[in-house]
Amino acid sequence: MNKIGVVGDSDSIIGFKSLGIDIYPATGGDVMKVINRLAGGGYAIIFVTEQAAEAAAETIDRYKTSPYPAIIPIPGNRGTTGFGMKGIHANVEKAIGTDILFKDADN
Amino acid sequence: MAILRVNPTRMELTRLKKRLAVAKRGHKLLKDKRDEMVRQFLLLIKRNKALRQEVEDALSTALAGFVLARVAMTKDALDEALLFPVREVVISVLKANIMSVNVPKITYKEIKRDQVFFPYSMLTTSAELDSASAKLASVLPQMIELAELEKTCNMLADEIEKTRRRVNALEYVMIPQLEETIKYIRMKLDENERGNLTRLMKTKDMIAGREANYKKCKRRATRSPF
Repeated sequence: MNKIGVVGDSDSIIGFKSLGIDIYPATGGDVMKVINRLAGGGYAIIFVTEQAAEAAAETIDRYKTSPYPAIIPIPGNRGTTGFGMKGIHANVEKAIGTDILFKDADN
Repeated sequence: MAILRVNPTRMELTRLKKRLAVAKRGHKLLKDKRDEMVRQFLLLIKRNKALRQEVEDALSTALAGFVLARVAMTKDALDEALLFPVREVVISVLKANIMSVNVPKITYKEIKRDQVFFPYSMLTTSAELDSASAKLASVLPQMIELAELEKTCNMLADEIEKTRRRVNALEYVMIPQLEETIKYIRMKLDENERGNLTRLMKTKDMIAGREANYKKCKRRATRSPF
């Protein structure tokens, strides 16, 4: 449990290779399979580009309640889609019952 | 509120009283746990939001840099340049404990295999690649912190929801139900007691009446002229 992986379209994630992080290019339906494989393969952190994460939202939700792996959406090379922020909103709403944190930010 | 289906006996009453005491204590403890978790969660989620904003901004520019680098050179050349990284990131994972929720604690270490920063030759690559990979390297610590923080928030949110459900179940179902059942048993027992008392009084009256009647008869018998 000491590896970091990045999943997404290859153009977005190729840069992470220069940091010595394992990259796994995948899009669409493959994302789900790759994430499952990495989760069982000793990866503690899996960064997933937002585009890919949206395609595999159910799989990501499944790993939400166990401490590892941490699956974190990151923006791809086309900028952010707001998927990651939506996750934070959902968390606040789940815990508090209402979105108190973002009320002033949205208006 | 419906009462539990129990026999209205003294033993059952004692048992239910004990259960009520436990339920009340558990309710108080869980409520305290929930309040503290919400406090912790609010602190963390604010930091999480700020950090995500930072990481998203920094990462977007870094990745845009890579797009520029891609434009300036061929795909093959880029792949080749990044084929063998000079650095490696090793993370070690531990578990921390926030209000008995196991949350991840990640520490990371960067290993540089060589003294050079770029693993490729300056001649065959574009300048954009240099700045882009330098920028990406500077975002990485923040990304790892974000991973830890976001996971912690996820797990806390989940646990808060669970605890809240438990607190509500105790407060609005379990405890009223127990209280109502205890009241029912107590009333039933009192009723039995009263019933018993009336029966005793009635019997006493009946016995007294019969005795008086008997004495009267006897007196009359002794007074007879025979």
